Amino acid sequence: MEPLECRELVELLTDYLDDALPRTDAERVTEHLESCPGCRTYLDQLRGVIDVLGHIPAEQLPEATQKGLVDTFREFTAGQP
Amino acid sequence: MSRQALDTASEESLVEHIKAGDPEAFEWIVNHWSGSMLSVARSIVGTDLASDVVQDTWLSVIRSVRRFEGRASLRTWTFRILVNACHKRAKVQRAELPAAFGDGAAADSADGTGGPSVDPGRFLSSGQWAGHWAVFPEPWPNPVDGALAVELREQLAAALATLPSRQRAVVVLRDVNGLTSDEVCAILEITAENQRVLLHRGRATLRARLEEYLDRRPVAVAHGGSAEEASGERIGPEGAGGGVDDGAS
Repeated sequence: MEPLECRELVELLTDYLDDALPRTDAERVTEHLESCPGCRTYLDQLRGVIDVLGHIPAEQLPEATQKGLVDTFREFTAGQP
Repeated sequence: MSRQALDTASEESLVEHIKAGDPEAFEWIVNHWSGSMLSVARSIVGTDLASDVVQDTWLSVIRSVRRFEGRASLRTWTFRILVNACHKRAKVQRAELPAAFGDGAAADSADGTGGPSVDPGRFLSSGQWAGHWAVFPEPWPNPVDGALAVELREQLAAALATLPSRQRAVVVLRDVNGLTSDEVCAILEITAENQRVLLHRGRATLRARLEEYLDRRPVAVAHGGSAEEASGERIGPEGAGGGVDDGAS
């Protein structure tokens, strides 16, 4: 099994995290990560980015707009058989 | 249906309540999905029109939800209405619009997904360790909570806005809003492979922006031990942050 270079590995990490790599490639990534602190740090940082992104508050439609949509929903469904 | 119940409601139950005209269930989906819908709309029709297209989409949902048959999830169905509305609007305004979604190679290169996602200068170009890190990335402080977490969220939110539109839409849907890969592919009509390329490129760019920010930050942990001690726990494996410069010779 040909060992991976770090610059190859960093391109595979989203596929790796999504379990989208063929099994042999996933094994090469795992093996490389076990022996390479730099790539482990890089992977941890990508996970950190994903974690922080998951805590960004989503933008919103203005409250008045949302209320208007709910009113429209109410009126529309009230008029249905 | 109460808000609390809606937070844990199954897809079937949510659909049933909306079809039955439950305004709280409808309010819940408007409240929870409009943010990511705005992001997707912005990436196709631009900021000025995004809000209008999202509102039009909700009006379509109101008119047609009783005909929803559940072949896809309600969320995917709603987002498909949105993307179709965006493309329709984009057709009218084509002259000023960013590239629409699709798997075309031209669109990929316009989005910068052709080359490596990490600066090639970070890796050694010759010697025994060619292709490996010239200097390991520095582990980051743990941003789980506290002032740093707020800063990092602000930095990432700002960096997100500068990503190419297709990358931004995929990152927002997957990582900010937690949609699955299958949902994102169905919504944006892209292949799984293309979705992962866009996602990976977006994440790599955001990681690089955070790295730059943490390097510049006055209390950054990157250099010396005292700040490291003050920061407590760190992201990253113990002992990381060395280098493999012996391979340069």
